Amino acid sequence: MTTSKTDPQSEAQPDPQQATAGSAAQGATAATAAGQRRNRKGQHDGGAAAGGRTLLKWGAGGAGVVLLALLPLLNLSLPGVLPGPTYTPGSLQLLAMCMLMAAAALSYHLLLGVTGLLSFGHALYFGAGVYGLGVILDTFDIPLLPAMGLTLLLVIVLAHVVGAVGLRVTGIPFAMVTLAFAEAGHVLVGRNPGQATGGEEGLTLATDNLPEALLGVANTRNLYWLALIVLLVVFAVVTWVQFSRAGHVAAAVRENELRVRVIGLQPYLIKLLVFVVGGVLASAVGMVYLLLQSGAVPRSLSADFTITLLVMVVLGGVGSRWGAIIGGVFYTLLDQRLTSLAQSEAIAGLPDILRIPLSEPLFILGTLFILVVLFLPGGITGAVQRATLSRGQRRQAAARQRQALENAE
Amino acid sequence: MSTIVLLTVTGLGLGALYFLVASGLSLIYGLMGVLNFAHGSFLTLGAFAGWEFARRAGADNWWTFLGSLLVGAVVGALFAAFTEFVLIRRLYERHIEQVLVTVGLSLASVALFDGIWGTDTIHISGPAWFRETTGILGAQIANDRFVAIIAAVIVLLGLVFFLKRTRYGMIIRAGVESRSMVTALGIDVRKAFTLVFAIGGAAAGLGGVLASHYFQYVSPLLGGSLLIFAFIVTVIGGLGSLTGAAIASVVVALLQQFANFYLNGTGDFVVVVALALVLLFRPSGLLGRKS
Amino acid sequence: MSQQPQPHPEAANPAATGGPAPATAQTAAQSTTQATALHPAAPQPGHARPVLEIAGLTAHIAGQQVVEDVSFSVPATGITALLGRNGVGKTSTIKAVIGLISRTGSVTLDGERIDKEPTFKIIRRGVGYVPEDREVFSKLTVAENLRLAERDASPRRQLVEELFPDLLKRASQMAGTLSGGQQQMVSLARALLNENKLLLIDEPTKGLAPKIVQEVAETLERAAETVPILLVEQNLQVVRQLAAGAVVLSGGKVVHTTDSALGFLDNEDLTQRLLGVHADAGHGEEADRNGAQK
Repeated sequence: MTTSKTDPQSEAQPDPQQATAGSAAQGATAATAAGQRRNRKGQHDGGAAAGGRTLLKWGAGGAGVVLLALLPLLNLSLPGVLPGPTYTPGSLQLLAMCMLMAAAALSYHLLLGVTGLLSFGHALYFGAGVYGLGVILDTFDIPLLPAMGLTLLLVIVLAHVVGAVGLRVTGIPFAMVTLAFAEAGHVLVGRNPGQATGGEEGLTLATDNLPEALLGVANTRNLYWLALIVLLVVFAVVTWVQFSRAGHVAAAVRENELRVRVIGLQPYLIKLLVFVVGGVLASAVGMVYLLLQSGAVPRSLSADFTITLLVMVVLGGVGSRWGAIIGGVFYTLLDQRLTSLAQSEAIAGLPDILRIPLSEPLFILGTLFILVVLFLPGGITGAVQRATLSRGQRRQAAARQRQALENAE
Repeated sequence: MSTIVLLTVTGLGLGALYFLVASGLSLIYGLMGVLNFAHGSFLTLGAFAGWEFARRAGADNWWTFLGSLLVGAVVGALFAAFTEFVLIRRLYERHIEQVLVTVGLSLASVALFDGIWGTDTIHISGPAWFRETTGILGAQIANDRFVAIIAAVIVLLGLVFFLKRTRYGMIIRAGVESRSMVTALGIDVRKAFTLVFAIGGAAAGLGGVLASHYFQYVSPLLGGSLLIFAFIVTVIGGLGSLTGAAIASVVVALLQQFANFYLNGTGDFVVVVALALVLLFRPSGLLGRKS
Repeated sequence: MSQQPQPHPEAANPAATGGPAPATAQTAAQSTTQATALHPAAPQPGHARPVLEIAGLTAHIAGQQVVEDVSFSVPATGITALLGRNGVGKTSTIKAVIGLISRTGSVTLDGERIDKEPTFKIIRRGVGYVPEDREVFSKLTVAENLRLAERDASPRRQLVEELFPDLLKRASQMAGTLSGGQQQMVSLARALLNENKLLLIDEPTKGLAPKIVQEVAETLERAAETVPILLVEQNLQVVRQLAAGAVVLSGGKVVHTTDSALGFLDNEDLTQRLLGVHADAGHGEEADRNGAQK
């Protein structure tokens, strides 16, 4: 986590050479070959320039991961943030939840931040992971790993179908279509078809075929480590996709879809690929979420959950992987703190006009979110980045960060 | 036969509610390119305001009911105009951020409603006539259905009249085609923005009061559940088309009712499948503009 | 970023090589140079103050620079042509003047700065705008299109009826169902309905039949008797017929201005060069540019 200061900077600034190559190719079919050549050259140059700093970042990142991995064995206290010392199950549960939400936000970042797809149905895949695994474990007598594999397979098919239909439109209509599909899933789960999902009451995790090490409060630290592994894997996959050739094309699609089509690439397939990868990652996170929560509730499939992911990504800063992580962690902690604040004595004694708003965590989070969108372009990481710049650069950076979001159309 | 009539009229009543939400959504999107997630909150607040009025006004008679409709519409319009003026306007032409702001507003407002009125559903009652039924072709139909249908038809006619016959209606129709050309004729199109939000909010607030009678309860989640279907309706009807919204509202609600009855409660899925089909074969919707 | 690679002149304009001998072009270019040198960009003495003064105008669309540091002025009478190759920023310049795209720099209308104002206020100051591709509201009737454009307390409906009798007959027809020429009439009528200080007219003859082009030209000529016009026009015959002065853009910049003597337009070869390329095209034009930039 200590590396978060430097990284968003390098991500938020597009490689200038690539941008030039792209704009030169705009509208000129004749420039196809040249455009592609220059594009490739831009990538190489960018990679070489960042070489030295990359090494440093990886070192710091590695140290951070080691520290996170050791937390269950340490006796650290963060009063006001964690309910108890870091080795206690309550704290580990909360930290694991933070990491899972960060991972889910990262998978959403792949759609919104990298490709500019504003999906309002990402919860469908997260929920498919939660419920898919839950139902399979409940219904069939098979061990955990095959059950997970089967769930992933189902999610891959689901994401292809929804993506293939939804990506026929772009921008706001795409948002509405993904929302509709996710809502269909939400309704399906709530209807309790074949008594499989438990309806509105939710589903309790069937533990018959689960390894002992993942069961019981005493083993919360194993789940914590599992959550950490999921976060690392999701981070690695997102990084890999974002900086692969497909990721660069996806970024180009975000900035100007027509331009990508002109140079002979197919935006539709690239977007579908990213959509499916994002969905699969979200479902993987969902599966671990099921284990951590020992159950599933319909909320994990709801539009509210997608909106929660959106809020995390925007709070952290659109377009930045660290933004998604920081947003996920920040949101989860804040939500938890606000919920316990809402139930506290101090709030109960206030007059209605203060008590009612303050006892609703979502009211505070929603208001905070509005304020960030209005006054803090680039979210938390954007603000940190601007704080390190001179005044003149600051305005430019703000404009660029706003642009990153507006490209999502 | 009586089943079909019953399903049809019930479906039309539901379609009327969809239309009251979707008409505003579609106009707002058509004119400003804003997808308004807070539209459900306009409806919910309208419903609560109407209920609070009826509760205080006492007797469950027609005057109280008409008064609650008026209160719901006015409160919805004010809330919507406030939203446009305070939140949307400063993000002019930044469509994604406008969507995000409405998302934040819907989160915050629903939470606030929870805080004020509690999360439980509150059962309500209207004039006694609502509880009675009317026989049509052998079907016994609850009277509140007719009220919803009549109200939606009046709103539709009113909107058409406003759009076709008034200067602001003309500005809105022109703005749906090209905002920039409207400003290039020396017209302050932002006034039309506030107006269209207010109209959408009034329709939603009215819809909220009617929905609370249709479902016989109010709850902070009332708007959210209708909003999802209203979104589907606007996409199927074609974003920005009022006629499209009207047709799609009826089609979607009827599909839903009939599928629920004849296809084992699968109404919601049939609607989503219909949405998928429309997108596959006609991505701009039934009456949408070709992009 | 906006500096797109300039194709070689001969490659871009095959007609240039097939035209008159280069020597002729050179001579003509030199004579134009002299004319320009005698009449630099500043307004001639005796003329009233220019109706529109643009200084250092730069504009962006979606982060891409489309107009770069453009400066010129439009005299208070007659038609001034804004010329240049396709995609050179003529339309963007006009849109930037009325704030339809974000811009920096100074724009002065009749002595008052307008570069910080929103579009609708600039228009209300007395600017009529006829956009490229007409942009009539296709789902509004002709009458509605015109009514929407009426700003003045007493719009000049009679003048419009006199100029475009055809529109009167089609008042209740949807504008989208009109022919291109008729749509252009609607678009022009919208601008002529009001008392204006300046008209900005963007390619009014684009895609129209020759007979209609002539009608449009006559309308513009008549309009110009009472209001100055900045006209973007590709049809050089129309320019020659109407324009009293010209501004030439290339690569998003002004490369040539003249407020008289459109003689340089008579040489087809030269106009193609002037409107298409700069710098390496020839000695004469190099001098030309220097003259304009002084």
